[in-house]
Amino acid sequence: MNRCVERLYNGIIKENPTFVLMLGMCPTLAVTSSLINGFGMGMTTMVVLTASNAIIALLRNIIPDKVRMPAFIVIVASFVTIVQFMLQAYLPSLNSALGIYIPLIVVNCIILGRAEAYASKNPVIPSIFDGIGMGLGFTLGLSCLGLVRELIGSGTVASFRLIPEDYCIKIIGLAPGAFFVLAGLVAIQNKIRISHGKKPKDMKCCSDCSGCNLECGERKEAAKDSDFVKEEA
Amino acid sequence: MKEVLIIGITAALVNNVVLSQFLGLCPFLGVSKKVKTAGGMGAAVIFVITLSSLLTGLIYKFILVPTEMTYLNTIVFILVIAALVQFVEMVLKKISPSLYEALGVYLPLITTNCAVLGVALLNVQNSYGILEGVVNGLGTSVGFTVAIVIMAGIREKTEYNDYSPALKGMPMVLITAGLMAIAFSGFSGLL
Repeated sequence: MNRCVERLYNGIIKENPTFVLMLGMCPTLAVTSSLINGFGMGMTTMVVLTASNAIIALLRNIIPDKVRMPAFIVIVASFVTIVQFMLQAYLPSLNSALGIYIPLIVVNCIILGRAEAYASKNPVIPSIFDGIGMGLGFTLGLSCLGLVRELIGSGTVASFRLIPEDYCIKIIGLAPGAFFVLAGLVAIQNKIRISHGKKPKDMKCCSDCSGCNLECGERKEAAKDSDFVKEEA
Repeated sequence: MKEVLIIGITAALVNNVVLSQFLGLCPFLGVSKKVKTAGGMGAAVIFVITLSSLLTGLIYKFILVPTEMTYLNTIVFILVIAALVQFVEMVLKKISPSLYEALGVYLPLITTNCAVLGVALLNVQNSYGILEGVVNGLGTSVGFTVAIVIMAGIREKTEYNDYSPALKGMPMVLITAGLMAIAFSGFSGLL
């Protein structure tokens, strides 16, 4: 049981996918123009991540090592298709707001990264909790970003008006604002790290998702560590 | 012909894939340290996206639609793209070692580039034909290349500038990207 709690803590705080690992940047910036959209995207990703982690952990001894990547991709893509149908049926408004970014969960590096780094090496129950923890961490990151952007960009929080419309900075809600808000959040984090005497975050190979499951996957195996090797200090 | 041209220009500049649709952000942030590598990445992306939009367009029209299995498009497309990238890598290695030398390192990185799958899915969503789809793919990837090369140029110039250590690295890159996004939004007056 301890291990499960540790996985949750690890996903939400210690290795938060958005703020610490900086994975899955595309949906992070694209769908966070409002709190609800960010939260919805986070939850959708969490469901896919948990389900795919569970199945991959179940099949981890059956899938041959050479074809594991295509196998993982098929499993993830199947769950994404299922979730997409569920959203179309029960939450059509969220489905149309997230649009193309729902099928693109397939190439979200968090999911393949967790499959490679954790679920393919660990039993089912911890893998499920790993998925829930990482998913909640991702949801937290997206919600933070969505909250800031919605509040500054349109003066509302979950469609409840807090700031009069004349005082909003519209560009924060548009595409360039996504970059600025994320830059601000990372800069604040760096500032805190520096004041604690740590080094500011560097762009590692893991900060770009195209490389993370190929390059780092191999490097991680070489390091014989079942987890992300990201402890810096 | 005019519509096809408009699709291409819209994809390349107005709806720039990185700066307004946020697809392919990861290589955009990760592989943009040097203009040379950024150019290589861009060339590889142009190659793969154009080919994959042709292939996925053909598969969608002649296999998925007649068999009424269009709901499987996500699974089919991602597998086709992954296979295509592997295949292109092998063919290049055999036929043109010099081109392989230039693009080879970037090819495996492209499989999980969301822009490739994104273009294939957008082609279906907008019900583009084969030609329109390929032009859309070409435009999108050219837009990606333009953005990543400009970004690399700016990063080379600003790398040794003196600014707050908290902004070093990622935050500065993101701010640059934001400013570029503002500049690119000027293109929306083009059409």
